[in-house]
Amino acid sequence: MTAKADACECPPTEEVGSYPEIDAFCDTLPSYDGALIPVMHKAQEEYGWLSRDVLLYISRKLGVPASKVYGVATFYSLFNLEPKGKFKINVCLGTACYVRGAENVLAAFEQELGIKNGEMTGDGLFNLGSIRCVGACGLAPVVMVNDRVFGNVKPEDAKSIIDEYLGEGGEAV
Amino acid sequence: MSVSQVRIALRNCGVINPENIKDYIARGGYDAMAKCLFAMSQDEVIDIIKKSGLRGRGGAGFPTGIKWETARRAQSDVKYVLCNADEGDPGAFMDRSVLEGDPHAVLEAMAICGYAIGAREGVIYVRAEYPLAVKRLQIAIEQATELGLFGENILGSGFSFTMRLYFGAGAFVCGEETSLMNSVQGGRGEPRLKPPFPANVGLWNKPTNINNVETYANVPTIIRNGADWYRGFGTEKSPGTKVFAVVGKVNKVGLVEVPMGTTLRDIIEGIAGGIPNGKRFKAAQTGGPSGGCIPAEHLDTPIDYESLIALGSMMGSGGMIVMDEDDCMVGIAKFYLTFTAEESCGKCTPCRVGNMRLLETLTRITDGHGVEEDLTSLENLGATIKDTALCGLGQSSPNPILSTLHYFKDEYLAHVREHRCPAGTCQKLVRYRITDKCVGCTVCARNCPVSCISGDRKQKHSIDQSRCIKCGVCFSKCRFGAIVKG
Ligand SMILES: Cc1cc2nc3c(=O)[nH]c(=O)nc-3n(C[C@H](O)[C@H](O)[C@H](O)COP(=O)(O)O)c2cc1C
Ligand code: FES
Repeated sequence: MTAKADACECPPTEEVGSYPEIDAFCDTLPSYDGALIPVMHKAQEEYGWLSRDVLLYISRKLGVPASKVYGVATFYSLFNLEPKGKFKINVCLGTACYVRGAENVLAAFEQELGIKNGEMTGDGLFNLGSIRCVGACGLAPVVMVNDRVFGNVKPEDAKSIIDEYLGEGGEAV
Repeated sequence: MSVSQVRIALRNCGVINPENIKDYIARGGYDAMAKCLFAMSQDEVIDIIKKSGLRGRGGAGFPTGIKWETARRAQSDVKYVLCNADEGDPGAFMDRSVLEGDPHAVLEAMAICGYAIGAREGVIYVRAEYPLAVKRLQIAIEQATELGLFGENILGSGFSFTMRLYFGAGAFVCGEETSLMNSVQGGRGEPRLKPPFPANVGLWNKPTNINNVETYANVPTIIRNGADWYRGFGTEKSPGTKVFAVVGKVNKVGLVEVPMGTTLRDIIEGIAGGIPNGKRFKAAQTGGPSGGCIPAEHLDTPIDYESLIALGSMMGSGGMIVMDEDDCMVGIAKFYLTFTAEESCGKCTPCRVGNMRLLETLTRITDGHGVEEDLTSLENLGATIKDTALCGLGQSSPNPILSTLHYFKDEYLAHVREHRCPAGTCQKLVRYRITDKCVGCTVCARNCPVSCISGDRKQKHSIDQSRCIKCGVCFSKCRFGAIVKG
């Protein structure tokens, strides 16, 4: 395996910020071969999403062309290229949840929050999305809010779930 | 007849503390690895796996021993042992349960494989959506390394093996082995043509053995108890057991591990306790987005790799979704096509464009704009995609449509001829009617958001179909069961 690659030799045309967390993580890697996805995971964990600036920074740090970094970032659904709300509500649309009525649950959240699947509320508090099976099919239909799993969710539960987080988040934001 | 489960892959799940290696060792853990390292030659290990008849549990059922042998024969100083823990089938969670409940079984098997094929490094590609599985694997690797069960010169045998974890990032196609390897190498998870097969040209272009989590979980017991013992379970062509995730409309949802050759009926009506609420069984879907729906008339088929393919479905990773009379077969086909159209990586045209066209046609049908010719074009296009797509994703993505068209043609015909959804689930085709059971309580009329229900108090009400938005509020509010849909 090759050693850490030298940085890309194209003249940098755009100033980018500095990201010491990414540097620190890269220092722990034995090699930059295949490091792109782990570094992006780390960056997203630190900053919540992958901004253009962060992607450019990673590109230069690893010596991988920005086009490739962008290509990889857009290929995988877990990478966010836009900021996410404080509370990420994800309705599972896996098969087990689907046959138990997950579509109606999603519709209920859309209605309660006044946004569509994939959007964020204006106050930046909630993000509504869908995921494909979290492996908790026995509890179908399943809704996740950040890392917490709600099982056997009925459409009429949408409001109480949201209210629970409104209580928490209202002050913090 | 009552069937019982046989736990081989799940033997330790729920029995041991997965975060304490001593629990695993107390139940014979790492014995198999030691036996291989000190008492068996590489060829003997491969031989026992071949004789056991173990076949890949990740989908296609390829004989594991032959795969190992190919990788063993490949000439190279560096080889890899890869574990496919991407479990992408939405509605299946057996690999997750093994990783969370018995991580050492997978690690031990990978080391055994490494010894057999001559590899020194193992890589596990695990879904980032499974944080607990990731944590348990990390702990397991740490503890095993501390005890000298991994690392340099394991137990003084001269064999060295290290283990690395790699995380997916939410792409179904990465479960396909060549995509998975591209992903480990830090690229887009796009597949490539085979051959060459990974056993010759794999990770970083080195010979690589890739198996599924459940496949590996079987290995240590086979080494310990022998091939004949393993062949005592299951069928001639598909020995051993298979774990199924039985979900959907059954009374007891969960994982079951049964000998191959068990019938669907024994699993669904026996172990899973049948269909709830007195409803009728309609179909069981196996094989996830690559599989098909099996109707009631085939419930007594003994299931193994071949019989499922003969029924137009496949084993897949072991997801089994049970559906009752309320589930629309056109709707379920559309559900899977929505999934595959979204997850198609876009590299080959049949899959990228073809699945989109299939989905559009299905959407037209479920919206009530379908015509009968649409059914022929679904069949033709589906067959073309299967023949021409680059990887297993496209080669199997039309199966959910083709199998439902085959077994439930009437249901498709009702959609295109009468614009009616017999199961009453296609929102746009649903019609709500008020029957004579109506006592005129006015609850429906008061709750209707568009006020399209009229009728006098204590008189039968009626719905103005031209204004009805089919929200179903009346249906769920009626306390007398007087409103029907269909
Ligand atoms: C689209 C697609 C998705 C797949 N997803 C998985 C998966 O999630 N897990 C898995 O083990 N195998 C999956 N496979 C099968 C793998 O390509 C490969 O056959 C398997 O990992 C080999 O292991 P086995 O011989 O132990 O089954 C998938 C195949 C295709 C075509
Ligand atoms: S399908 Fe929703 S958790 Fe599996």
